[in-house]
Amino acid sequence: MIRSSPPAVELQHDIKGRSLWQDAVRRLARNRAAVASMIVLAVIALLAVFAPMLSPHPYDEIYWDRIQMPPDFANGHWFGTDSNGRDLFVRTLYGARVSLMVGVLATAVSLVIGVIYGAVAGFVGGRVDDIMMRLVDILYALPFMFFVILLMVMFGRNIFLIFVALGAVEWLTMARIVRGQTLSIKHRPFIEAAHACGVTRTGIIFRHIIPNVLGPVIVYVTLTVPQVIMTESFISFLGLGVQEPLTSWGVLIAEGARLMEAAPWLLVFPATLLALTLFAFNFIGDGLRDALDPKDR
Amino acid sequence: MAARIMIAFAARRCLSALPTLLIVITLAFFMMRLAPGGPFDQERALPPEIERNVLAAYNLDQPLWRQYLDYLADLTRGDFGPSFKYRDFTVAELIANGFPASLQIGGLAMLCAIVFGVGLGTVAALHQNSPLDYTVMTFAMTGIAVPNFVMAPLLTLLFGVYLSLLPVAGWGDGAWANKLLPVIALALPQVAYIARLTRGSMIEVLNSNYIRTARAKGLREGLVVTRHAVKGALLPVVSYLGPATAAVATGSVVIETIFDIPGTGRYFVEGALNRDYPLVMGVVVFYAAMIIALNLAVDLLYGLMDPKLRRP
Repeated sequence: MIRSSPPAVELQHDIKGRSLWQDAVRRLARNRAAVASMIVLAVIALLAVFAPMLSPHPYDEIYWDRIQMPPDFANGHWFGTDSNGRDLFVRTLYGARVSLMVGVLATAVSLVIGVIYGAVAGFVGGRVDDIMMRLVDILYALPFMFFVILLMVMFGRNIFLIFVALGAVEWLTMARIVRGQTLSIKHRPFIEAAHACGVTRTGIIFRHIIPNVLGPVIVYVTLTVPQVIMTESFISFLGLGVQEPLTSWGVLIAEGARLMEAAPWLLVFPATLLALTLFAFNFIGDGLRDALDPKDR
Repeated sequence: MAARIMIAFAARRCLSALPTLLIVITLAFFMMRLAPGGPFDQERALPPEIERNVLAAYNLDQPLWRQYLDYLADLTRGDFGPSFKYRDFTVAELIANGFPASLQIGGLAMLCAIVFGVGLGTVAALHQNSPLDYTVMTFAMTGIAVPNFVMAPLLTLLFGVYLSLLPVAGWGDGAWANKLLPVIALALPQVAYIARLTRGSMIEVLNSNYIRTARAKGLREGLVVTRHAVKGALLPVVSYLGPATAAVATGSVVIETIFDIPGTGRYFVEGALNRDYPLVMGVVVFYAAMIIALNLAVDLLYGLMDPKLRRP
């Protein structure tokens, strides 16, 4: 169905798209905070991926003779050990794995739901649009964090559930943004041209509407990821997230907060890494917004 | 005429708030009941006849839809039911006991968020691209990027442990010193959001035609800002107050736990972990009702400020 779209239309939109993106990339590359943030994020992601190879210690090994030791370079405990005698460096990186994974996957869930929902509502319009957006309005007014917490408590600490729950919460704003964008482009000539060429409505939504609303969506995605990471950490902090011996930044921060008077490093390292990640995503999001917003030039 | 349109607008908004509350209650009720595990599950199983009696005492032996209707009926009478865990208290009593502390912390945090957020945002907008602007925006970015459950222990570590200026935790019967850190931790992210919102919209408004007119007729800059710009610039801030309230309410759950404040929020996690159905339901319904009511108030305020919204 989608393949039936004639090549001429596709070509035209391809060229237009690229030049906009090239422009945006150039602007983004000039934004120092955003570039530095990307480097920081890349480093954190690489550290998380290669965590087991970077330290001589496994993440769940308990060293009975090194309980709650401060950072020590001699024995490879660069961040010290926790109250169970486990290496904090490796545990922090494993926490990064969980946090980043949750951030990216839950955002992907919200992206898929939000973009399709918003595009359909905006494109179809009329009564369908009214009903769909009224539903979003109602959901918006719900205190969702309470439901996420309830879900975690009642159905057990399942990491898969965290993705779904957070994704299901975050799609609302995405849907609103996409709908707004869709409304603004659906009467443009290239959509009419697609109609005239006999592209189906589904084809137009996926082939022409969605690619053209991606700009604001990408900006919002980069701002959603930190929000999701923060929410996951919040849930873990309350003791409702991932289970031992696995860990996440929220769990580590909770333990660090409990022991901060005796062992401040337990709080400082995970908290710093979490804050760095959140900073980086926010700076990239802001940078992208400036780069993609022609009004700002 | 204008008043009648306004009243119609208010009535429409009020009517839409009730179904939302009903959805909250329904969702929370069935989510909790459908989850595995019950409030009286223990390591050692109770003898069947005792278990039957306990369930009957709390009406848990009725069919689910019956329990649901009973709960709704009780709610309309303001009866939140008994707590399973705190046997000597009703849920309404527990909420009433905790609420003054929660309200003080949350209310002060919202007040700080609005006053400092709008203030800082306006200052930044008036000095756009100056060092002052960058300082405020860096501060705002910190507030947004550092979550309150990280900020709270860091503040405690700094002011409570190292500098020994303020108490580490506890309520101290509402002493100012005890309130300071929780309020700061709770307010910071909201101060940051509101400052950014205010800055953005203030810059946009300051570039608009009616501000140019005000300046052209020779009005002093201070008056241009306070008399003309602020009202327009505050619209996005007003519409953010709804989500801000929800964020503060949610944040209070963790802040009250960290600082050991005897508020309502901490009952939520505690109750959920103990499967204290009525207590969790009570807290959720209470907070939801409060958030929805405040959202409603914000909507009406917005309607008063923005005449475009008052279409019938």
